[in-house]
Amino acid sequence: MIEKAPILAMDGITKVFPGVKALSNVSFQLFSGEIHALMGENGAGKSTLIKVLTGVYPLDKGTVKLEDVPIVVQSPLHAQELGISTVYQEVNLCPNLSVVENIFIGREIMKNGRIDWKKMNDRAEELLSRLKLDIDVTKELSSYSVAIQQMIAIARSLNVSSKVLILDEPTSSLDVNEVNQLFEVINNLKKAGIAIIFISHFLDQIYEISDRITILRNGEYIGEHKTKDLPRLKLVSLMIGKELEEFDAQSENKDTGSEHGDKKEVFLETEELTKKGSIEPFDLKLHAGEIYGLAGLLGSGRTELARLLFGADKADSGTLKIKGKTTNLNSPKQAILNGVAFCSENRKAEGIIPDISIRENMILAIQGIKGWFNYIPIRKQIEIADKYVSLLNINPPNPEQLMKNLSGGNQQKVLLARWLITNPDLLILDEPTRGIDVGAKAEIQKLMLSLKDNGKSILFVSSELEEVVRCCGKIAVLRDHKKVSEITNDGKIDHQYIMQEIAGGNL
Amino acid sequence: MNRFKLNDRMIPVMITLMLFAFMYSFGMFRYSNFTSPQVFFNLFIDNSFLIIVAVGMTFVILSGGIDLSVGSVIALTSMVAASLLLAGLSPIIVIPIALLVGPVLGFLMGCCIHFFNLQPFIVTLAGMFFARGLSFLISVETVSINDDFFRFMASTRIPIGNYFISTSVIIAIIVVCVAIFVAHYTKFGRNVYAIGGSEQSALLMGLPVGQTKILVYTVSGFCASLAGLVFTFYMLSGYGLHANGLELEAIAAVVIGGTLLTGGVGYMVGSVIGVLMLGTIQSLIAYEGSLSAWWTKIAIGLLLLLFIGLQRVIVHRNDKKKNTISLKDTEGSDQIAR
Repeated sequence: MIEKAPILAMDGITKVFPGVKALSNVSFQLFSGEIHALMGENGAGKSTLIKVLTGVYPLDKGTVKLEDVPIVVQSPLHAQELGISTVYQEVNLCPNLSVVENIFIGREIMKNGRIDWKKMNDRAEELLSRLKLDIDVTKELSSYSVAIQQMIAIARSLNVSSKVLILDEPTSSLDVNEVNQLFEVINNLKKAGIAIIFISHFLDQIYEISDRITILRNGEYIGEHKTKDLPRLKLVSLMIGKELEEFDAQSENKDTGSEHGDKKEVFLETEELTKKGSIEPFDLKLHAGEIYGLAGLLGSGRTELARLLFGADKADSGTLKIKGKTTNLNSPKQAILNGVAFCSENRKAEGIIPDISIRENMILAIQGIKGWFNYIPIRKQIEIADKYVSLLNINPPNPEQLMKNLSGGNQQKVLLARWLITNPDLLILDEPTRGIDVGAKAEIQKLMLSLKDNGKSILFVSSELEEVVRCCGKIAVLRDHKKVSEITNDGKIDHQYIMQEIAGGNL
Repeated sequence: MNRFKLNDRMIPVMITLMLFAFMYSFGMFRYSNFTSPQVFFNLFIDNSFLIIVAVGMTFVILSGGIDLSVGSVIALTSMVAASLLLAGLSPIIVIPIALLVGPVLGFLMGCCIHFFNLQPFIVTLAGMFFARGLSFLISVETVSINDDFFRFMASTRIPIGNYFISTSVIIAIIVVCVAIFVAHYTKFGRNVYAIGGSEQSALLMGLPVGQTKILVYTVSGFCASLAGLVFTFYMLSGYGLHANGLELEAIAAVVIGGTLLTGGVGYMVGSVIGVLMLGTIQSLIAYEGSLSAWWTKIAIGLLLLLFIGLQRVIVHRNDKKKNTISLKDTEGSDQIAR
């Protein structure tokens, strides 16, 4: 592989945004028939590198060579014509169009000056069958699950006989089976000689599928390694730029006993809380100073339960007590006034407001509680924002930066800050660590523990079982919208045990 | 499977069609004159220019935008045509010039929207004032037309059996057919739908978003000018107050025809039925005799409200369906049934 010339070589790539140097002197090499992982924390410059490569952003300095020919990519379309296609983290297709159209739009098959729908349908089915997908291609994209949409996005890029396929966080919203299916497809493409750039935060997946790894940190090139020669801990330490011991020490103090949790007062209690079609009767006792985990597969009812507790959805029956008092939560506002805060899993759609600053995003919830006529003076706002920016280590450390310019992990921190400012008694965190990097994850976990020590309750929803085991004192396992078991974390259980519980009777 | 999808998408159009049929049969039942096929043809004759404008507006709304300038463009076109004819120019020269008014303005507005990233609402609002002002600059009075060709276009009746339609109806029908072809069988048409669905995605998929957006406003401008010409045949005059507020009627027709204001979903046929619906309301109130013409506006208002409510329900239901996709089948169908 080394003797071969790389199909793609990027050298000395520099990209500057106003106030931020997103990439400085980064190089990257890609050979055909390999899967090359691009690793780095959020904001390390992975996405920027991809966007420069695909012509979304022009580059400021550096050269890009495709098959030894220098190229200047002008636009995403130009990149596709050159044979560089991308499947983005959020599926970037049009939900209102049919599957066929999403595969072909921009490159429709024409006959006598009109679109040849019949031929396109046939070709789409053929393409999708290569991905082992048998679906009705004339239906709208939005009628399929995200996993299938992801495959359709790949089919779209295959249609242009691509040489380089970029997969930007393709697995972040897929379940285990879907990931396996996707990996099979990726491996087939690799055998067909396509060079693949793979970006993911899941270390397991990186080690499962990639051949080589290039690491970026703070927009700088850190190194390139063969995957099999690079131990995981080494990789993590290269990514976050901290010594191993330090990182280990951080994760160590995450183990929590729960025994003392029981002695404290019950903050929230539900009895037979039900909502038809989304959650079966559910009993829950949440103490002050406790981190309570909800584990289960996607769609097992975790988010639905969280939404019930926040008043975003209304329960059909059952009672909910907060501090021993029966309460009806009919709206999020009531929940907030009762000291409940909710960080949504869907931070793009239900959390951040991209076009306003970090400070304004932070201040939203507290201002909501105070009422709009009780305006928080700007000086106070700045004070609060500064405090949380430094407390949560938000990057860039400028509260006036627009939210949309932040990386995913930092946006998540701002959302956390938004709720921390309201000083809630119960913080519901729905997948707070999804799609963010190891460093930010550790910081968020640390923060949860310090909140717990201050007597707050936390309801923690996460797909990453290791994380649930590490943080939570008690864990409820959900399956098919039902609580199937409640586990007290005595330090002896591990994620495999929970996995068994989740799988449960199905095996 | 296939049939289900078609139904789902066509529901708003079907509902409009049914409401139209219901209203029309109500008219036939109540007024004996209403049963004459000529009444139906008159719907087209009286509203051919509105159909043409609505076609252009459908493209704009499908792309996720809005065009408020069309009414003013009609007035300006009529004014340009009338004053040029008054100056003694031949219709062979006048008509192409008049037909250029809308596309040029539309192109400029599209450029503003794309290059400066401005809101279509504001840009076309400015275009609306500009075009209306310009037509009064040409003349504040009505300019009547005595040209032979225009008179011919105005008075020719094309017989269908014992009944007739006008030349403008033929033009409108051609426009609608071309528009349906463009919307469904050309790259431009599909790009419009894609941009309306998700502009960001369209951009990342490498579609020519800017070009398409500019073209959409140019097309709408052209439709407005063509409608202006047809309107001029109909009125045989140019006047700055022609087609005042017509843009809102066009938008109403498009929405009633089932096109989502947020873009990406809708059909040309729907807009045509939308126009016919507005026309039927007008006819019904005219036949009633005792009712003030302003009742038309009230009826249109209520209809619009009904349709926007309906769209909301459909969108909501689709969202729900999407959420339940990972659930078991039984639960999924349960949700849909509700």
